Amino acid sequence: MAAPMLRLCCPGRRWALACIDGCSRHRRGAPNGCTSSRRRGQSSVAQQPFITAQKPRKGEHEWAAVVGLEIHAQISSKSKLFSGSQVHFAAPPNSLVSFFDASLPGTLPVLNRRCVEAAVMTGLALNCRINKKSLFDRKHYFYADLPAGYQITQQRLPIAVNGSLVYSFCAGKNRSQVINKTARVKQIQLEQDSGKSLHDDLRSQTLIDLNRADYEIQRQINELENGGEILNETRSFDSKLGCTIPMRDKEGKQDYRFMPEPNLPPLLLYDTESLPAGADPQQVIDIDRIREQLPELPSVTREKLVQQYGMLPEHSFTLLNEVGLLEFFQNVMKETRAEPKKVTSWVLNTLLGFLKQQNLAVSESPVTPSALAELLNLLDRKAISSSAAKQVFEELWRNEGKTPAQIVSEKKLELMQDQEALEQLCHAVMEGHPQVVMDVKKGNPRAINKLIGLVRKATLSRADPTVIKEILEKKLAS
Amino acid sequence: MQFDQSKCSVLKGFVTIKDGCAHVVPAAAVDLYFCSVSPGPCGGRLSTRTMLGRTLREVSAALKQGHITPTELCQKCLSIIKKTKFLNAYITVSEEVALKQAEESEKRYKKGHSLGDLDGIPIAVKDNFSTSGIETTCASNMLRGKGYVPPYNATVVQKLLDQGALLMGKTNLDEFAMGSGSTDGVFGPVKNPWSYSKQYREKRKQKSHCENEDSNWLITGGSSGGSAAAVSAFTCFAALGSDTGGSTRNPAAHCGLVGLKPSYGLVSRHGLIPLVNSMDVPGILTRCVDDAAIVLGVLAGHDPKDSTTIQDPVKPFVLPSLTDVSKLCIGIPKEYLTPELSSEVRSLWSKAANLFESEGAKVIEVSLPHTSYSIVCYHVLCTSEVASNMARFDGLEYGHRCDIDVSTEAMYAATRREGFNDVVRGRILSGNFFLLKENYENYFVKAQKVRRLIANDFVTVFNSGVDVLLTPTTLSEAVPYTEFIKEDNRTRSAQDDIFTQAANMAGLPAVSVPMALSNQGLPIGLQFIGRAFCDQELLTIAKWFEKQVQFPVIQLQELMDDCSSVFENEKLASVSLKQ
Repeated sequence: MAAPMLRLCCPGRRWALACIDGCSRHRRGAPNGCTSSRRRGQSSVAQQPFITAQKPRKGEHEWAAVVGLEIHAQISSKSKLFSGSQVHFAAPPNSLVSFFDASLPGTLPVLNRRCVEAAVMTGLALNCRINKKSLFDRKHYFYADLPAGYQITQQRLPIAVNGSLVYSFCAGKNRSQVINKTARVKQIQLEQDSGKSLHDDLRSQTLIDLNRADYEIQRQINELENGGEILNETRSFDSKLGCTIPMRDKEGKQDYRFMPEPNLPPLLLYDTESLPAGADPQQVIDIDRIREQLPELPSVTREKLVQQYGMLPEHSFTLLNEVGLLEFFQNVMKETRAEPKKVTSWVLNTLLGFLKQQNLAVSESPVTPSALAELLNLLDRKAISSSAAKQVFEELWRNEGKTPAQIVSEKKLELMQDQEALEQLCHAVMEGHPQVVMDVKKGNPRAINKLIGLVRKATLSRADPTVIKEILEKKLAS
Repeated sequence: MQFDQSKCSVLKGFVTIKDGCAHVVPAAAVDLYFCSVSPGPCGGRLSTRTMLGRTLREVSAALKQGHITPTELCQKCLSIIKKTKFLNAYITVSEEVALKQAEESEKRYKKGHSLGDLDGIPIAVKDNFSTSGIETTCASNMLRGKGYVPPYNATVVQKLLDQGALLMGKTNLDEFAMGSGSTDGVFGPVKNPWSYSKQYREKRKQKSHCENEDSNWLITGGSSGGSAAAVSAFTCFAALGSDTGGSTRNPAAHCGLVGLKPSYGLVSRHGLIPLVNSMDVPGILTRCVDDAAIVLGVLAGHDPKDSTTIQDPVKPFVLPSLTDVSKLCIGIPKEYLTPELSSEVRSLWSKAANLFESEGAKVIEVSLPHTSYSIVCYHVLCTSEVASNMARFDGLEYGHRCDIDVSTEAMYAATRREGFNDVVRGRILSGNFFLLKENYENYFVKAQKVRRLIANDFVTVFNSGVDVLLTPTTLSEAVPYTEFIKEDNRTRSAQDDIFTQAANMAGLPAVSVPMALSNQGLPIGLQFIGRAFCDQELLTIAKWFEKQVQFPVIQLQELMDDCSSVFENEKLASVSLKQ
């Protein structure tokens, strides 16, 4: 209970369908993400359907879905939002947490400094306007895991408003086309978590199946085209029926009886200009200082990766989306002479593939960045073939504490560097397979691959196929 | 609420003030701590009996000088508590706790390590303050049902205990402090000690036609009536009340006590079971102004557990004795002269104004134009916050829970129906009505705007050079219980809070000081309202006034016949003020 939450609202909290006429069609984006055809600053609560007055006929209009999201993020903080104060250090941590959380009469909320800083930082990262004065409200409803009978939130004047998040997705046949979209952020508010039970899974992730959205979009279109009305309601998705069903009827619509929280004075934030002279830095929050502490944002990092390494944009996304993967990649890059493209490919295909298969986090990888760097160095100076490299990687994954060099030497995976020996092997293969040689000479270009394969087999895959090919071609031509 | 603290920072020390507050500073602030204490009426060692009638300051000095021990004092108070049980002042008497505390205190005194002025002093606490390990009921079935025992002390309680005070018990009140008579709690009404005073009885005898005397007992006023009765009947030397709309000042006026409502934000509310968070203030009930100042000095200051308390450090203070009021400006708000005001109170009010004027103070009529809207506005804001604050009493975590278990909703409903009385349920219902989305703008927001106007009225008056406002505290003296219950709680609250709630709306300090006895022999108090955070200045003026009026000590000899010598010094309160 009372875990600190950040609530982000994108415009259009519920579905809304916009009727598109011919002239405006092109201006409207595809029904992806949070495109809204309404102006900013609209109420997030009561989205009324756009078209109800006229009765649009089936197929008469093209519809665009307007989707809003309400995202709840738990702040990583040592104590809770309104207890175990860190703003005023005199309070012994956790001395009151449980009393306040159990809503014992007489206990009062005390705002947690760390949570405010996290909210400001999130607001800055999402290009929001930070409100230098924000207010707290009580939202009332009776529920077993809401012991106070109300939740403290920021309904009227939240800590940050009017932000935006640029996001990309891959489209096109090979998913190689990266499309940028902008989702608008209506507000970020600090909120007491209502539940005692936290629905955190191992990775603190919530997966959203957007396939369900299609059903609901279609249902609303049908409803509107048949002259119906879209009600404000909570619906749940029934996976067996494949459709959404109402969860609460509209008679049961909640009136949360919002009221200002009288126990928390307005939250005042400062910037370098407005900071009162001689203010105790422990008692005030300076937006500019938090801005300085803001880490490099993902879009900047991705841009840098593309610039610095000539990386494909979609690869930069994958690198950043997996926790720790970028750091892993950068650590490999520090220690290897291999081409960035090569490293990217190994990290994104081989390493990530192995991790996914075994459902491991990057931090749990048995292969260290140093080991991978060494392996790629061997590959880079053609000490081993790429197929041998895969084999070495598998050995490394089994984590027997050996270095790539040790594995290569133990398994005799070095490439044959002895030109003369190779030439002899090629000669022997040609002698042993006169029919294939004949095929080549008759002009079958693919027959040479068979010879290459045979030679490689004879070298136990330790020879570079391009070198073999060169030798064979020379011999066949003579 | 935000206050302009730069306006006034009296608590930081009188001398440093640069603005309007400064001119009340006397040339030399004399420390009066010990002036009137030593030899009592009999000279030499005082008997415990005579001690009881004394003020906190006097008894504190007696403890320091070894004239009496904390245990003797504690036992004497416990015996009075037993004798006055019929007053219904206490819900819980914490005898064991008090005796143990007395023992500890006695050890400290023996070693010469007393904790301060409150060490060994018996005090009482209204039963809506959380007391660790001691049942806290708010005079409601909701908490009494399962015997709610808080696991922590309210900050104000902790501060008193840290100073060595002896907690005698928890005092009676209206359920959840909702009322103005101390008549609407689950433990029944509190009886005003003045009903049994020599002063009142003699007047009644003169009228001769009095019927059954016992059925004609008077109410204490409320909602801190238990605390008022406890101090008034000499069961303790100070008591905590709470003041949301006048709940400390009103019973103080009816029981002949000093009742202080400090500035909002000066004293922590942490642990006070709330009525209206934005108006609640812990109140102080004592027999004289100096005593209230001592307790305030202990309680005031920032509390990290209450974000609405002021950050500035507050130092304990000793009230100076004002000798010259010629530089004072007293405001008389004309809107407080209402038709309902009894003629006796009205004449005492003007007598008080004349007193200031005759001593050289400037007394002017001022206007607080939004006064008439105040009580309605208070009602809307109060019930709204009540509806919200009472939401936590759902039977799940603590307190009463009904037997119904068909559904959570049914359980909530029945629990709350059984747990709260009609008054509380009525306020919850109206509050929720005002907070409904469709009503919010028309009621709650409007009331907030009116509240701002009311607060601004005071700012305007104080900015015009007025130092304090002088008003009545109540419309009349205490009425008999049978008379009081002829009107319902809501009507009574609207009448009784009329002069007091505006100070809560504006967050201002206010104090009720007993002035004189009515023709019936009952106390009448007048109220001083000061600038925000100018509590010390307010008390300084109140102290001057107290000294001028020489309000008589209650005479309870008939009530406690075997304690007759307790009250042998009839003018103790005034004696203590002689210099």
